[in-house]
Amino acid sequence: MAVFVYAENINGIYKKAAFEAVSYAKAIAGKTGDSVTAISINPTDSSDLLYKYGADKVVNVKDAGLKNFSAKAYAEAINQIADGNIIVFPHTTDASSVAPMLAIQKNYSLITNVIDLPESTSPFQVKRKAFSGKGFMHAKADAAGVIVTVSQNAFGVKENAASGSEEVKELSIANEDTKVINHEQSSGKLDLKEAEIVVSAGRGLKGPENWGMIEDLANVLGAATACSKPVSDIGWRPHTEHVGQTGKAISPNLYIAVGISGAIQHLAGVNSSKTIVVINNDAEAPFFKSADYGVVGDAFQIIPALTEKIKALKA
Amino acid sequence: MKILVCISSVPDTTSKINFTADKSAFDKNGIQWVINPLDEFALTKAIKLQESQGATVTVVNVGDAGTEAVIRKALAIGANDAVRVNTEAKDSFSVAKEIARIAQDGSYDLVLAGKESIDYNGGAVPGMVAQLLNYAFVNAAVGLDVNGSEATAVREIEGGKETISVKLPAVVAGQKGLVDEKDLIIPNMRGIMSARTKPLNVVEPSNSEVKVEAVSFDSVAPRAAVKLVSADNLDELVRLLHEEAKVI
Repeated sequence: MAVFVYAENINGIYKKAAFEAVSYAKAIAGKTGDSVTAISINPTDSSDLLYKYGADKVVNVKDAGLKNFSAKAYAEAINQIADGNIIVFPHTTDASSVAPMLAIQKNYSLITNVIDLPESTSPFQVKRKAFSGKGFMHAKADAAGVIVTVSQNAFGVKENAASGSEEVKELSIANEDTKVINHEQSSGKLDLKEAEIVVSAGRGLKGPENWGMIEDLANVLGAATACSKPVSDIGWRPHTEHVGQTGKAISPNLYIAVGISGAIQHLAGVNSSKTIVVINNDAEAPFFKSADYGVVGDAFQIIPALTEKIKALKA
Repeated sequence: MKILVCISSVPDTTSKINFTADKSAFDKNGIQWVINPLDEFALTKAIKLQESQGATVTVVNVGDAGTEAVIRKALAIGANDAVRVNTEAKDSFSVAKEIARIAQDGSYDLVLAGKESIDYNGGAVPGMVAQLLNYAFVNAAVGLDVNGSEATAVREIEGGKETISVKLPAVVAGQKGLVDEKDLIIPNMRGIMSARTKPLNVVEPSNSEVKVEAVSFDSVAPRAAVKLVSADNLDELVRLLHEEAKVI
């Protein structure tokens, strides 16, 4: 049997989340004595990239009809190939749209947002995030097959090279119920959910004109930028940057929060970050209770100084 | 046009999340219940389509009688009527089955929902409903217009957005951005009074199959006490991040 894994690409280029999902599938396969088959749709990247993380086989679907993303059509394509009883997806926007449709097509159980390897594979039981990061659930699948989506940055990318082989599969899936009429990809911006480091700011910054220093710090660190809910509600920053309970949940290695007091809704979205640094001029800000490191002081002095010091470290 | 909006009753976003002593369930003591915030974006969008296109808006909830306060709030916001499937929501699959049945029986043109609920965060119900009905599915929508038998949706993608034309009937799962936060409707007295007389139909579930079971729950482990660094000594912060936490 093979553990199947959906290796997501964007415009043909594999996402970090795809490598993480392959790493996760390999770790399960290591437990169950299975092989790993990665499925990819119209990739341009080399399959070698997936062998590196443990894919024994890569099935490259060639289908011009799937050039545009459709959750339903992608689920149908994966359904035609994945004939094992464990299928792994990354918990990205696209993959987590496909997984529920595939679960119905296959009549499999679906466990989303998993953060750890399964505690058991028969029956399948695994720990997942729940309550927007305010708790965890141990979920048990009660069916012959199971699909999991792996929360981004939770398991990590782990090299474990296999001598893989590639198969090209020509499919012709009907993809008529949705049609992409415009696609806007902002180039050069780091994906918030994939970022290892995130620099985030809140109302303490006083206005959108002050975000330059946040971006400078993010640039020096190779980080993505984020913001608190009030900041996106008043339009200082786009809502795509809002992290928290009703925004994005993230799990970077380092989360730097500037001028954010740390409401429970904000913490929910960021408390699975591995290291949290809080910078706030209010020593009573509740966020300090959930931080690893804290600096009480004026962000307008601290952030530019910190940026210079990190620049010096990296030089 | 007939719109079905799926709503979930969830703990208020300020809630501290506790579990029962044996860790087998969420502890509901002292919890305020609200419409799942992501569903509220979907509901407000539906009300806007009701105003601009004369659509009728039905809300559906799968839940026991305890969820009726939240359903009445949805009616006060402006939904025309409501259906409650009288069973405790157990997993995404069983909830999706009930919603799909209601959607099919009522021949809705558009099924709207939040992309996930902020309690169990399955994010699976809308996609499952779409597949059960064999409808088109757009997830993570941040924009939606309807024009006759077609809709135009904008969905968020990693690092950008995509505008899609969708043939109706369809399922669209929305999030913040589908409507602006400031456009969310706070029920007024007239809405609250009229909600009391709007139909809230209770139907029995058609299916009891569950595919995922919650075995137990854990709370988030507390972090060690914060290490405070003086604002005059940022070298120390850089050192700690570099040498101790090893994150830069």
